[in-house]
Amino acid sequence: MNSGKERLINGIVKENPTFVLMLGMCPTLAVTTSAMNGLGMGLTTTVVLALSNVFIAILRNIIPDKVRIPAFIVIIASFVTMLELLLEGFMPSLYDALGIYIPLIVVNCIILGRAEAYASKNPAIPSFFDGLGMGLGFSFALTCIGAVRELLGAGDVFGFHLMPTADHPWMIGGNEVAFFTPASIFVLAPGAFFVLACLVAIQNKIKMDGEKKGKDMSKIGSGCSDDCLNCGETGCSGRKFYDPEGSDGPVGKASGNSEDKKKISEDKQDGKSESQNENTEAKQGEIEETKETKKEEGKDE
Amino acid sequence: MSELRKVSSNPHIRSSVTTSKIMLYVILALAPATFFGIYNFGIHALVLVLVTVASTVLSETIFNKICKKKNTIGDLSAVVTGLLLALNLPPMAPWWIGVIGGAFAIVVVKMLFGGLGQNFMNPALGARCFLVISFTSIMTNFECDGYTGATPLSALKAGEEVDVLSMIIGKTAGTIGETSMIAILIGACILVALDVIDLKVPFSYIISFVFFIVLFSGHGFNLSYIGAQLAGGGLMLGAFFMATDYVTRPITKKGQYVYGVILGILTGIFRIFGASAEGVSYAIILGNLLVPLIEKVTLPKGFGKGGEKA
Repeated sequence: MNSGKERLINGIVKENPTFVLMLGMCPTLAVTTSAMNGLGMGLTTTVVLALSNVFIAILRNIIPDKVRIPAFIVIIASFVTMLELLLEGFMPSLYDALGIYIPLIVVNCIILGRAEAYASKNPAIPSFFDGLGMGLGFSFALTCIGAVRELLGAGDVFGFHLMPTADHPWMIGGNEVAFFTPASIFVLAPGAFFVLACLVAIQNKIKMDGEKKGKDMSKIGSGCSDDCLNCGETGCSGRKFYDPEGSDGPVGKASGNSEDKKKISEDKQDGKSESQNENTEAKQGEIEETKETKKEEGKDE
Repeated sequence: MSELRKVSSNPHIRSSVTTSKIMLYVILALAPATFFGIYNFGIHALVLVLVTVASTVLSETIFNKICKKKNTIGDLSAVVTGLLLALNLPPMAPWWIGVIGGAFAIVVVKMLFGGLGQNFMNPALGARCFLVISFTSIMTNFECDGYTGATPLSALKAGEEVDVLSMIIGKTAGTIGETSMIAILIGACILVALDVIDLKVPFSYIISFVFFIVLFSGHGFNLSYIGAQLAGGGLMLGAFFMATDYVTRPITKKGQYVYGVILGILTGIFRIFGASAEGVSYAIILGNLLVPLIEKVTLPKGFGKGGEKA
């Protein structure tokens, strides 16, 4: 669960922050006017994400629970400030292209989400790889969106002239060929929505086809299943400290349709799992109790 | 029981009016404007109209096939969308503009939201705005045989004199279907006579637009200026054929008046204070977006409900 490789793959594929978790939509839609901008934004976020995750993981036992969000923000903002100054000094063109969205990395929900959901509960090294994986997944998604938008909106990818536009026609047999007219809507704001929607639709299509063929597609779902109690993932910020090794954790998540759930409930009737069910019920009780005590503490304040 | 009675649930009386019949009437009503556009701009306009209509019909067929749904082109709404879109294109636009626009109108604006009756925006206008934003230079180039230079509305905005009579007849530059006020009004009369549309939306639209022009254009009550504003651009086509679209206008009576007034004011704002000379398509699209709110406000109270509280 916590090996570096597993965290990397988790961030890039299984829980890709853009395509699967649908986090960080603001920079995703705003700065992906070209592949270069997307990549730049992604890598900048990756650096902040990995470093802030490490620091938060190191400090996780010192930061009091009640002020953890401000503490996280301070740590993240420090790294963002450093990075902003570095970019301004050494990559002014990227700095100009990204503009206000560099300081806004502070409030990027991917970074805060990983700090809250992972780094604040796990040691420094897995947290580093978690941040790196999430960041690379974000970079990959932003570069994809940016490349498609740049290709359709300007005929280029990474500034290379791929399509025969009027400005850069192909030369075929001495004739200028320029059949491609860039649709400038794709480098404007609406294009970001079109491209993102299409990419997510393709991903959902792959997922649905896989489910029809009976493969376990739970790992490329959009978001998590709503069944929190049976969920084996600890990556969500629901903060339910549920034991993933417990009774029917990973199986329950795979069940997209009701038939599977019926099967599971039938399985549960076997002698073995009954005792485990009781265990989970007991745990539920504990969680509710802690919630209640927290509420009472809040009232005292 | 001596008599056999037919027992069925309501509705007991069915009208002979069907969707395809209404759409057929709309096509009929669009015919004068279409033929005038083809006569005015030549064979290229005819090709563009045919390509656009073919594109919308084919897009709907292919989309239904891919989604394994019943093919819905029989209701002719795709033909109407294609025709309206084509009438909104410049006469010398390349053929692929029609193909892309038709596919966008049907797939993105109509079918992705659930097909006819579910779309929140007029498909033809949605596609037109998509094309204008995407291919600005092509979509605003109205030069063709016989007509060079600006459309009458642009000339009017630049402060030049325009010939109102030729604008009413339609011998001016512009999109294929918008130039002739007379042809569009003939079509509108056909629609009204066949009881397809009523005049709540068009009249409130045009009257509020005229009020806005008189108050804010700086020309005061100048008949030739008002005439040029009414005859120029897509106002007539928009008011009679697009704002009255059953799907995207409000259902309630009061709501239709409110909708028309909003369209008139928006068109006035875009034309007088906006950077571009024309604003009908954006006004109608913005109006479409406001329709759910308008309906919510103007929903009539059921009998016995919502009386004054004592």
